[in-house]
Amino acid sequence: MKILKITGLLLFVAGFFVFNASFFWADYRLTENAVKKSIHDEQKQALFLTEASAILDRPVSSNFEFIHYVSEIFETINEKQLTKYAITEDELDRLAKLSEATFSIANVDSVFRTSNETSSFKNKVFKDFGGSLESRTFSSPEELHTELKNVSAKVRDYAIINRAGFDRYAQKDIKYSLAKASAESPVRNNPLLYLLLTFGLCIIGAALYILPKIKESKGIKNNNIFFHPMKNVGWLGILTGTWLIVFYVILYFFPEYMTNWIIMVDPISEMLNGHEAGRFFLYGFIYTLCILVMGVRMIIHYRHSKYQIFRTLSVMFFQTAFAFLIPEFLIRLNKPYFDFKNIWPLDYSFFFDFRLDQLRESGALGIFMLGWGIALIIIAVPVFVYFFGKRWYCSWVCGCGGLAETLGDPYRQLSDKSLKAWKIERWMVHGVLAFAIVMTAAVLYTYWTKSSWFLIVDSYSLREVYGSFIGAAFAGVIGTGFYPLMGNRVWCRFGCPLAAYLGLIQRFKSRFRITTNGGQCISCGNCSTYCEMGIDVRWYAQRGQNIVRSSCVGCGVCSAVCPRGVLNLEVKDEEGRFGKPILIGNNNAKLDV
Amino acid sequence: MVIHPVFNLTMKHIVIIGNGISGVTAARHIRKNSDYQITIISSETRHFFSRTALMYVYMGHLKFEHTKPYEDFFWKKNRIDLVFDHVVKVNAERQQVDLKSGNTLHYDALVIASGSRSNKFGWPGQDLVGVQGLYSYNDLVLMEGNTKAIKHAVLVGGGLIGIEMAEMLLTRGIRVTFLVREPEFWSSVLPMEEARLITNHIRSHHVDLKLTTELREIISDHEGKVKAVKTEKNEIIECQFVGLAVGVSPNIEFLSDSGIRTNNGVLVDSYLQTNIPNVYAIGDCVERTYQLPGRKNIEQVWYTGRMMGEVVAQTICGTPSKYEPGPWFNSAKFLDIEYQTYGTVSNVLSPAEDDFYWEHHGQKKAIHFVWNKDSKKFLGVNTFGIRLRHEYFDRWLRQKKDIQFVIAHLQEANFDPEFFERHENEIANAFYQKYPSFKAA
Repeated sequence: MKILKITGLLLFVAGFFVFNASFFWADYRLTENAVKKSIHDEQKQALFLTEASAILDRPVSSNFEFIHYVSEIFETINEKQLTKYAITEDELDRLAKLSEATFSIANVDSVFRTSNETSSFKNKVFKDFGGSLESRTFSSPEELHTELKNVSAKVRDYAIINRAGFDRYAQKDIKYSLAKASAESPVRNNPLLYLLLTFGLCIIGAALYILPKIKESKGIKNNNIFFHPMKNVGWLGILTGTWLIVFYVILYFFPEYMTNWIIMVDPISEMLNGHEAGRFFLYGFIYTLCILVMGVRMIIHYRHSKYQIFRTLSVMFFQTAFAFLIPEFLIRLNKPYFDFKNIWPLDYSFFFDFRLDQLRESGALGIFMLGWGIALIIIAVPVFVYFFGKRWYCSWVCGCGGLAETLGDPYRQLSDKSLKAWKIERWMVHGVLAFAIVMTAAVLYTYWTKSSWFLIVDSYSLREVYGSFIGAAFAGVIGTGFYPLMGNRVWCRFGCPLAAYLGLIQRFKSRFRITTNGGQCISCGNCSTYCEMGIDVRWYAQRGQNIVRSSCVGCGVCSAVCPRGVLNLEVKDEEGRFGKPILIGNNNAKLDV
Repeated sequence: MVIHPVFNLTMKHIVIIGNGISGVTAARHIRKNSDYQITIISSETRHFFSRTALMYVYMGHLKFEHTKPYEDFFWKKNRIDLVFDHVVKVNAERQQVDLKSGNTLHYDALVIASGSRSNKFGWPGQDLVGVQGLYSYNDLVLMEGNTKAIKHAVLVGGGLIGIEMAEMLLTRGIRVTFLVREPEFWSSVLPMEEARLITNHIRSHHVDLKLTTELREIISDHEGKVKAVKTEKNEIIECQFVGLAVGVSPNIEFLSDSGIRTNNGVLVDSYLQTNIPNVYAIGDCVERTYQLPGRKNIEQVWYTGRMMGEVVAQTICGTPSKYEPGPWFNSAKFLDIEYQTYGTVSNVLSPAEDDFYWEHHGQKKAIHFVWNKDSKKFLGVNTFGIRLRHEYFDRWLRQKKDIQFVIAHLQEANFDPEFFERHENEIANAFYQKYPSFKAA
């Protein structure tokens, strides 16, 4: 048994090592084809090819070097375009001289003639950015000159690189696409072999490590958790957390470096949806594997409890079918990518213009999807929370919850139980909910009115800020990266706006509560310690009070770890839900203390 | 005749000796009902922790701080002063306690909640290095040191602390030999059927359980450390640790010259008052001078300590209240098997009682009912691996329901989590098979 475990561990470490090594294991040879595939504008293509001649068809030995070269090319092009298209002092003077006290935009045509390409470009952008000066009267030539300079500055900042060069969004996409198309690696030559040497070894290793536990007796086995370097923020936990954080930062912000990993899952992606893999296909693939493998561990660990077994099977099913396979098949069928169990505002882009347009353009299925998504928000959430508590979603269906309950289970004891943490949690999670609502309202306002200015903010910046700070940094980098540092529900507890919404209903209108068993509590603290949401369960249990908390995801682990059978998740009549504390067994005591 | 204590209305300072569940419960309830100055003295730990959870700290389920039911700011916020010191003497006449630090505290009312200490029965070698009981935080620290890198431990005494120590040692990969005087584990309390179930379960965890075996002496090596034990059967068992888990007794030595009457424990009346007015005692250290039907005069259980704390607070705050616990209840966990009991189930049936025992084949679940033969009145239940609702059994016992009612309503009293396998029908069928007359009725 011990040998199996050690073998498993070694295999896992080997697979993990190959996976990490393969990140670096490629040469990059830039070809004309790759450039043509990645840059669609022909002029820009040509510009790029001219500047790239130095590395064209020559192997570069690492992703860092390759991306560095490509970045330099972009910079060179951008600088050249800035010089080429910048409006000169001289041109401004001429323009000023032509103008009287009242400015006329027609004067632009005299300074920038449309006969040559450069001047024609300047003509257009000046009109775009200086249009508001038309017919304005200036008290002095200096004032006019200042205004003209402002226009010239705007042109420099917003127009030249966007139109004639490569802005940061375009750079991001092209870098990724070029890196993926240019990689020459053992992984590219034999993706299936590497799939086996990485994920394959890890899965087999994990299985060998996990499965022997089935021979131990059933029941709670939390032995030595707080002595374990992985589970008590020891060196292994810190290392794991760091790795996860780095992984997420690369995934969300620097995907161009991880193309070798993505190439590995190309065959699977092609098999499922008919296209080569993108970064989020890789992510979904890893995510699903983690839930499945660690789900098996979860089931073995809690196999004395049918509640835990069913709940874990449920999250494994919803992740595999709803989050992973069905959306991929939809793409294969040329339908919109759609995760039928993802609910706004967790799915914060549900009401974004491109998604609404895509659904509207997809016929009856698209309209059904739109209706389904809205029905989940306004019908399913309140109704199901009323009857079952928010657990129906958070610990039975949700993907984030699914990962937290499987991959994250070994870290549940690390959540902060202090009163202070609870205060911070309430401000944060409801703050994010408010942010999500305002951001979505702004986006919809823009969608209908075509005006990007919503009250006091620009809806595009608002959604960008939400996307990178909440969607990527909070939900991803912190949400999962902090598992080994702050427990497995950091996102769900402090950040998830859907959890906040579900929680409000659970707190005020639901049949769900955790009941306590008379006077049997011995205040041992197992329930509070193993509550992943950081609820001080014992506080209620030791005074015989129902636990009615908006954050409770109903994982049932407090009940499972209680050595005295004190806690139970129950749904029953609302009456008496907010009962006064009562400890049974003593005739002469007033107990509302 | 009961004479109600007379209260001094200027009473200000309540001193509580001991920060266990009893003392702390008293303090919390006094604070809720009054503005009195409250001081808790303890030399064990600065802050209240759950004694029953010490085992989980050793096993790595919890850190010590997790065993504290209240965050450290709680005490100041609730104006409960904590003094980390040891009471050496109580001077009842001058209403003061003398502390080890040399300080003296004056009190207007004193609550003694000093708990227990582990029993030692004068075995040769019982004070050797590596021999200890498990009751206090200090014992836990000691055990951590005593069991470092050892291979084999011997436990003496087949009760709840013994089985806890066995479970603790197993998590460190230490082999355990368990000496139990009784013919089955804890059969001084549990009926034979249950005792056998637990005995088998302990053995399935590879504990070398030696029944009807008593300790004769503990043998030292040349450094004064334990090397082996010798049993009454003259068997010598090599070991590097001996756990003495042969019960606890009231921790009352410091009261010897105080004028407060003691026997095995501090003697109290039904208001938990000692022979001296305004001096009360609660919890493990108490010996009741009055009888409660079916109950011992010294009860060293978490719940009784808590209830005494609740009651004494009422009395101190001007509502004299008698300590009248409701129907007995208790719970424990034997390795993987949870145990609860409600009412009275003795290890040996009295001639006036009848019983029904059901055990699941394959899973470690059992339930045992006892009732009065003539009146059919339900008297008590032991349950293993099935959780039952305290509220329901408490009500049924108070309402003196008969056994048929309990069997018929067992389903409602189930407290197992959702989706757990239910056995009520199976239990009822087996019950009616054994006692067909109840079915007709």
